[in-house]
Amino acid sequence: MTGYIVRRLLLVPLLLLGVTVLIFGMLQFLSPVERSALYVRDVPHTEAALDGIIKRYGLDDPPHIQYWHWLVGRKDSVSGERVGGILRGDLGYSRVGSQPVADLIRQRFPATLELALWSVGPIIVVGVWLGILAAVHHNGWFDQLARVFSIVGWSFPVFVFGLMVLMLFYAKLGWFPPGRMSDWAAGVVFSEGFTRFTGLLTIDGLLNGRLDVSLDVLRHLVLPVITLSYLNWALLLRVTRSSMLETLGQEYVVTARAKGLRESVVVNRHARPNALIPVATLAGFTVIQLLNGVVITETVFNYPGIGSAAATAASQLDVVTVLGFALFNGAILVVTNLGVDVMYAVIDPRVRLA
Amino acid sequence: MERVGAGGGRRHPGRLERLIGPENYRSLRGIVSTPSSVAGLVLLAVFGVVALAAPLICPPPDPSDPYHIPRDGFSPHPRPMMSPWRRNPPPLPVWWKPIMKSDSWVHVLGTASGQWDILYGVVWGTRTAFKVGILITLVAVSIGLVVGSLAAFYGGWVDNLLMRTVDIFMTLPFLMAALIMAAILVPRMGRSIVPATIALTAFGWMTYARLIRGDILSVKEREYVLAARVVGVPDLRILVRHILPNAIFPTFVFASMDIGSCVLSFAGLSFLGVGTEVGYADWGQLLSFSRSWLTNLAEYWYIVVWPGLFLVLFCLSWNLIGDALRDTLDPRLRAAR
Repeated sequence: MTGYIVRRLLLVPLLLLGVTVLIFGMLQFLSPVERSALYVRDVPHTEAALDGIIKRYGLDDPPHIQYWHWLVGRKDSVSGERVGGILRGDLGYSRVGSQPVADLIRQRFPATLELALWSVGPIIVVGVWLGILAAVHHNGWFDQLARVFSIVGWSFPVFVFGLMVLMLFYAKLGWFPPGRMSDWAAGVVFSEGFTRFTGLLTIDGLLNGRLDVSLDVLRHLVLPVITLSYLNWALLLRVTRSSMLETLGQEYVVTARAKGLRESVVVNRHARPNALIPVATLAGFTVIQLLNGVVITETVFNYPGIGSAAATAASQLDVVTVLGFALFNGAILVVTNLGVDVMYAVIDPRVRLA
Repeated sequence: MERVGAGGGRRHPGRLERLIGPENYRSLRGIVSTPSSVAGLVLLAVFGVVALAAPLICPPPDPSDPYHIPRDGFSPHPRPMMSPWRRNPPPLPVWWKPIMKSDSWVHVLGTASGQWDILYGVVWGTRTAFKVGILITLVAVSIGLVVGSLAAFYGGWVDNLLMRTVDIFMTLPFLMAALIMAAILVPRMGRSIVPATIALTAFGWMTYARLIRGDILSVKEREYVLAARVVGVPDLRILVRHILPNAIFPTFVFASMDIGSCVLSFAGLSFLGVGTEVGYADWGQLLSFSRSWLTNLAEYWYIVVWPGLFLVLFCLSWNLIGDALRDTLDPRLRAAR
């Protein structure tokens, strides 16, 4: 078991290194002049100034030297101090956000985290429950309905569903607005008296004694959570259903029934725990996907998370910001992947022997 | 090719079955016999007809640039369905006069913000969808085929290296990676469907590489491959003539469902503003026009519903076919047939 974890842990830095190489490789598609426009805040007024900037930031050094400097930073020839470097936490300057990329991420990530945390519960609990129900009533009306729901849900793009849901619940009924909070709540949150303990506004509202702020944020969360849930339910339902069907056909289930056990005991105590093993990995991947900031959902609902920031940056061709986000997401993915694999090994002893 | 005895050997194989093999024949028969996949095929046929007949349904004002949606002015207020065309109407389609008995063309499905005609966008967007979906999937499958075959066939350090490369590519979240590539390529290539297509292809081939590698690994040790090796058949020939025809079917299943999701991803990129140029006939483009009128969506529902409906039905048809294909491949269900 420890051997498995150690082996996987050793792979993590290699994968991260590979990701940085890939991202850096994509940056190299641009010429030094174009890259100077991306990285440099001071605008050159003459050709000579441009050359000076290229020399100062080392934009025409050989790629491996540039990569090394990009990773660990360099000594700025003008000011003499160390600047830059991914490993030192400097991800570059974001034109779109008017602040360093790292600060932009720090500012936006709590919103995405809040959305992810509020979505995980409904997605996994309801999706698994629906799948088990469909498998237990195999070929019944619920099963057929669930299969239709699953395949239609898989074909529905996120933004169409989001727009239709907005059309119904916001434009027509006015119940759940887009965005993260109403203007009056924003006035409260950004005022002096409000301390952000966690950055998650639903919890912070409670900790600051402002229940109305928490409820307002929750009200704005309803539509994005429903949109994310619907699409993930479709997938989770299908996987749970097929896994459960396969488990219900196993011999130990037949034995359990032959022993005279009640059907509910057979399903809940014998079949379900084993059926949930592949579902657990899928649930892990769903969490990863949520943490990475669901770009399109956040854009549709104007939700200020890292996903919508990345989309704005991409549409305005701010490559540095997008690359910084990609690096951040890649790091999250590699680490969370490791967590999912370890969890998988904990649940299923057969994996540890592999 | 696999032995006919797999099916029980009770009947004489027909000509089609002898041509493509009993495995593939059974899957093909599965597609046409399942009701859901027949529905999918019919839907797909309807889309095909719409795409082919696009110049007839909505004649382009400028035949050299048919994918540019015609505009009726520049006002940001969308106009309702069946409102008349005021400025520079495109040529009247042939089917309009007999049915509607009038000489003036209208916006059948209304206009979007900026006065882009929705019917035109939706109909020519069908062509874009087919083009983009099939092109991306073809290229991604080709790249995945080469990488997966090399990895599986030679094994050892080649396999390790290639699969670690696949892992690294898969570390980047797909949409984010596509956004990056589109953001890098658009300044160099201008806005068209090319940057988004390249971006989706560059990050779409990994699943195929893995799939094909797995399939080839399972077929590689069969006796006929060993026999071919013993006889001295060169590597490439074994790969192409003996291994691939038997290993490739699950890839087709995945590819057929992937066409739908390629079109969805492309529409997503267009919706975010990173895909095609403004005014290009693409469903995602049309949907992005609705972003400026979120509060009035109840009144301007047609901007969302028509392109959305086409998008969903298109993807649904491919998914139904792929689902039926997958069911026929599942050995547990096959016994029940």
